[in-house]
Amino acid sequence: MPRHLELKDSLRETRVNSARIITAVLLVIALLGVIVTRYHSLQITDYEIYRTQSERNRVQLQPLPPKRGLIFDRNGVLLADNRPSYILSIVREQVPDLEATLAELAELVPVSESDLETFNKKLKRRHPYEAVPLRFRLTEAERARLSVNRYRLPGVVVDAQLLRYYPHGELFSHAIGYLGRINEQEVLELDESDYRGTFHVGKVGVEKYYEDVLHGEVGYQNVETNAHGRVLRVLESFDPKSGADLTLNLDIRIQQAAYDALGDQRGAVVAIDPRTGGVLALVSKPGFDTNLFVNGIGSEAYSALRDSLDVPLFNRAIQGQYPPGSTIKPFMAMAGLESGLVTPQSTVPDPGWYSLPGDSHKYRDWILRIRGTGHAARVDMNMAIAESCDVYFYDLARRLTIDRMYEYLSPFGFGERTGVDTTNERRGVLPSTRWKRDAMGQSWYPGETISAGIGQGYMLASPMQLAMATSVMASKGQRHTPRLVKAIDGVPVEAPMLEPIVAPEEYWQAVHEGMLEVVHGQRGTAKALAAGIEYQMAGKTGTAQVIGIAQGAVYKESEVSERHRHHGLFIAFAPVEEPTIAVAIIVENGGGSSAASPIARAVIDTWLLGEAG
Amino acid sequence: MADYLRQMPHQGSADLARRPSAASRFHIDIPLLLLLLVLTVYGLFVLYSGSGKDMGAVVRQGRYFLLAYAIMIGVAQVSLARIMRWAPWLYLLGLATLVAVMLVGVGAKGAQRWLSIGGFRFQPSEIMKLVLPLTVAWYLADRTLPPRFVHIMVALGLVGIPAALILQQPDLGTALLIAASGLFVLFMAGMGWGYIFGAVVLAGASAWPAWMFVLKDYQKQRILTMLDPESDKLGAGWNIIQSKTAIGSGGWEGKGWMNGTQSHLDFLPESHTDFIIAVLSEEFGLRGVLVLMTIYLLILLRGFWIGIRARSSFGRMAAGSLTLTFFVYVFVNMGMVAGLLPVVGVPLPLVSAGGTSVVTLMAGFGILMAISTEKSAVPR
Repeated sequence: MPRHLELKDSLRETRVNSARIITAVLLVIALLGVIVTRYHSLQITDYEIYRTQSERNRVQLQPLPPKRGLIFDRNGVLLADNRPSYILSIVREQVPDLEATLAELAELVPVSESDLETFNKKLKRRHPYEAVPLRFRLTEAERARLSVNRYRLPGVVVDAQLLRYYPHGELFSHAIGYLGRINEQEVLELDESDYRGTFHVGKVGVEKYYEDVLHGEVGYQNVETNAHGRVLRVLESFDPKSGADLTLNLDIRIQQAAYDALGDQRGAVVAIDPRTGGVLALVSKPGFDTNLFVNGIGSEAYSALRDSLDVPLFNRAIQGQYPPGSTIKPFMAMAGLESGLVTPQSTVPDPGWYSLPGDSHKYRDWILRIRGTGHAARVDMNMAIAESCDVYFYDLARRLTIDRMYEYLSPFGFGERTGVDTTNERRGVLPSTRWKRDAMGQSWYPGETISAGIGQGYMLASPMQLAMATSVMASKGQRHTPRLVKAIDGVPVEAPMLEPIVAPEEYWQAVHEGMLEVVHGQRGTAKALAAGIEYQMAGKTGTAQVIGIAQGAVYKESEVSERHRHHGLFIAFAPVEEPTIAVAIIVENGGGSSAASPIARAVIDTWLLGEAG
Repeated sequence: MADYLRQMPHQGSADLARRPSAASRFHIDIPLLLLLLVLTVYGLFVLYSGSGKDMGAVVRQGRYFLLAYAIMIGVAQVSLARIMRWAPWLYLLGLATLVAVMLVGVGAKGAQRWLSIGGFRFQPSEIMKLVLPLTVAWYLADRTLPPRFVHIMVALGLVGIPAALILQQPDLGTALLIAASGLFVLFMAGMGWGYIFGAVVLAGASAWPAWMFVLKDYQKQRILTMLDPESDKLGAGWNIIQSKTAIGSGGWEGKGWMNGTQSHLDFLPESHTDFIIAVLSEEFGLRGVLVLMTIYLLILLRGFWIGIRARSSFGRMAAGSLTLTFFVYVFVNMGMVAGLLPVVGVPLPLVSAGGTSVVTLMAGFGILMAISTEKSAVPR
């Protein structure tokens, strides 16, 4: 139909078409202009932004965690080591079939349900190119099996990581403490840059107290990585600075002796060198294998430890709060001498009981139950200490009053933390009228002074406090803050000296003689120790009554009676002329001091008669 | 080669002015051919780097180019009149194959786009890219220009049927591009500006209902991702963030050939196919982008020039729309990689790896060459 029209309009059509083509040319140029503008803005205007972005893509700052300092005993025996631990991880995106790979792995190495559960949780949160750990602490055999089969398990990676290892596990559990995974709370507290690449931190004990020293300084390396996170090359690197090694005052032989001597009993032993304040042994039993905590203890194992009636996680040596009982008597004697209320020669009548003037209540001496009478008609200081006469100290306490008792006993370290270089130390209680008002809102009763005189009542002390007091007694007033650490990277650490107790030599002498009688005297309360002894040991026995039952736990009748038995205590130092060791021992529910005193003998024998450390 | 041919004994008239050159005898448009060769070589260099120094990929692409150049020259030999006559039949064949795809097509990623014949898979929508504009041009060439309303409607029908078939594969991107190639013919035919603006307004107005009812979730996601890639850094936004980073970090000078960290360290996805412009931008910088743009612009100008010089309105409309379609591919690809447009599967013409697109595009340039050497088919 329109053919004839077309012929006619051919020129016009050419014009129409050409006009539109020219319009198209203009449109194309305009739109190419838009594109050029866009590329210009990306490549020129925002060049720096994208340049940085691309560098950030390519270059990763990888932290190089420092090697944690090692811990040695005073003889150079390694107590805390770093050992390579092998971790089996999976890189999701390199695994063709995750199910099949997991099934194959399960045949090569044991993978528990909880391993799988943790793995699946982490898998969801990580990028597909990140390695997700499946199994920790591979054994040699497991590693071998994995490497043999590696070729058919793409995406399966075995990495090495240095992990803390405590070769002596339980022996030093409370002395050194342990390292554990950094938890959420610690993430907030620790310096983020210092701990990049570090997954563990000291949790308790020396490991925590010396965290700064042991940790070292983190290093960095700039690495080029691809999009899958694979490191292609190291561009530059700043080496980390290893943490300092610690040498402890602890002597593994003494520690072992104390540990063995305690046997299956619950208790604690602290030994201090009175010359330096160095802690030679710190044992709390039962302990636990600190290695369990390093890479996260299983919840089952943890609740077993936490809920155990024996509270193995509790550090009795520095957290335990025990009535010192009669072990307070030598210090009371010093207080009496210093205050001028008694002399070494002055005596007190001893009918076997004591009562306050105008009060009919009788405070009994322990011996009354055994002999039906007192230690002697009149008791002097030497006998009072040697035989642990209560009446002598009842009388002294009454005359001294509780506040002056506080004044004379606190320099020995009672009622305040010793400041030993570990964590969670508790201060004990050295009562005074003011203390009772503050703590209980009550006034002091005279009868309470009487029981305080023999270390009962409100008075509480940790074995560490008792050991420090004994050390002060041994060195005749020289006071050091107890120190677990002897040297940091070979540089000796001096225990801080405190203001000494200044008292006449004969006072110290008199008390020492009393304590010597405890062990070497005919009627000494620990005379059994003297058998075959090759040196002179000064000591003091103690018994603490168990009042309550811990945490109201429900347990068997037979155990109730066992756990109601008295705690046995013993403090000692030797050799008496020039003491080099002071020990404090507590045996929970030991029945009496006879459970504790042989441990002192074992510890001191090792120190003095073994090859000297 | 030109010299060699020139020295051959002359066939026709001895009149030098009228003697057809070797190029015109083989219907070759020399400027276009040279530009395409430059682009091909440039593209292969980028591809070598973009494929991670894979010489195999370059050789494979080189073979595609050999085939594509052969097809281009072959198509150029066909007279325009014949192309025009064949167009409607090819169109019908195309529709038939699209229906066949719908019925017995091979799927990939939830869409049926491929037809498998004797083990050889091909994508019928690819043929439509060429055939549809030719068919619309064939239809309008016989009408008065500018086209009247009824002819516009028929032309829209010609565009709409294949577009609808492709849309339901579903392949929104290709459907839009193919529809555009047909509509460009209407534009070249001189369709009134009133219709054009009306259509633009209508398209704008239908955006909301389209978003609500037509677009699939993944399509919406692509648009949202383009608008704010940071919203899904590791998922859908990853590609666009990485490609922008690649482009931007190239700066003016670029990081140097094969020194692009984004592509070589696998941050850039599809670095040898759809996102290859990011490799070029990163390694050759804005300088390199401008060189590429200049080559493209010259090809486009040559295409439009062929259109203006064409002796029939069919030739003008076909050349104009094919050239404009080529531009749209360039624009959409460069825009999408730079984060201007949503991500659709459009390769960078003649640079991205892949055989199908190269063959189709070169066949299109063959038609352009046929147009450029067209003898006066229609009496003036």
